[in-house]
Amino acid sequence: MAGKDGQDSRIQKISSAIRVIPDFPKPGIMFQDITTLLLDTKAFRDTIDLFVERYKDKDISVVAGIEARGFIFGPPIALAIGAKFVPMRKPNKLPGEVISEEYSLEYGTDKMEMHVGAVEAGERALIIDDLIATGGTLCAAIRLLERVGVHVVECACVIELPELKGRERLGDKPLFVLVNGA
Amino acid sequence: MSAYRDEDPRIQGIKTKIRVVPNFPKPGIMFQDITTLLLDPKAFKDTIDLFVERYKGKNISVVAGIEARGFIFGPPIALAIGAKFVPLRKPRKLPGEVISEEYILEYGRDCLEMHVGAVEPGERALVVDDLIATGGTLCAAMNLLERVGAEVVECACLIELPELQGRGRLNGKPLYVLVEYQ
Repeated sequence: MAGKDGQDSRIQKISSAIRVIPDFPKPGIMFQDITTLLLDTKAFRDTIDLFVERYKDKDISVVAGIEARGFIFGPPIALAIGAKFVPMRKPNKLPGEVISEEYSLEYGTDKMEMHVGAVEAGERALIIDDLIATGGTLCAAIRLLERVGVHVVECACVIELPELKGRERLGDKPLFVLVNGA
Repeated sequence: MSAYRDEDPRIQGIKTKIRVVPNFPKPGIMFQDITTLLLDPKAFKDTIDLFVERYKGKNISVVAGIEARGFIFGPPIALAIGAKFVPLRKPRKLPGEVISEEYILEYGRDCLEMHVGAVEPGERALVVDDLIATGGTLCAAMNLLERVGAEVVECACLIELPELQGRGRLNGKPLYVLVEYQ
């Protein structure tokens, strides 16, 4: 594991590889764009390594990734730690029998789905997304996994927006992030 | 070309992990569900390894993955061969300046977008998706890359549906698949 200086320099490069796009998807929102991180092969590799270093040898058998940007970061982590990858999707995308969890948006609600039988009671899981804002989506993912008896060990994101207090909304579930998008 | 025809010993294990879901998303369609493959860490790793073995050392600097299941397979391949990952997305998902390519569906049209500046002229690219059916989406993806001067070396999918003749619609570009579903 890299010492603090090595760790700091990887984090610094990851942070500077993320592009901020003002007024997307609507005025006033500073959108944290991770696609530029994916263009920097070393920074993308470092991002995955930082999560893998934290989670390997922790008996995690499930990495759940939230559609769609969680699909980019989750599978490389799952492959490296020997866990299965479970996609958490918008409604009507998963073809088999699903369980659904509704969650609140700023205006209205949305739904997240997971395949029945993808995970088993007692499994230890991580949830991955590119960013935590209000925490609504992550909370829905936690509830889906807990409903089938899975232990959610931690939520992991590349970016946190601390002002939106998503961390508090996760309650007793730990959150690990690499950078703050202030 | 297909690994299925080459009869690599890992192929059988991969093929048995793909679940066929009848009548999804509509009656008459036998949906090829790769999520069950993702639940088997060895089969998922073998899938990635087969692509990586084929493409490493071939000077490929871009792996373009088609939303959303191409986001699951593309990044692990990109990371292993030292290429950047470029997401090709449905309209209005990418936050920066984009170029768009329209393509024909059975009923109506759809659009695929790529960030301006993600890819430079002369770069050698792969296009990755979970499945090729009619080839319409892959064609749109290739067009986006070629419009910015990249060279599409090959299209790579886990599954081909040969009856839908997508292979012949790729403007002469090679296609590599792991399994065929007749």
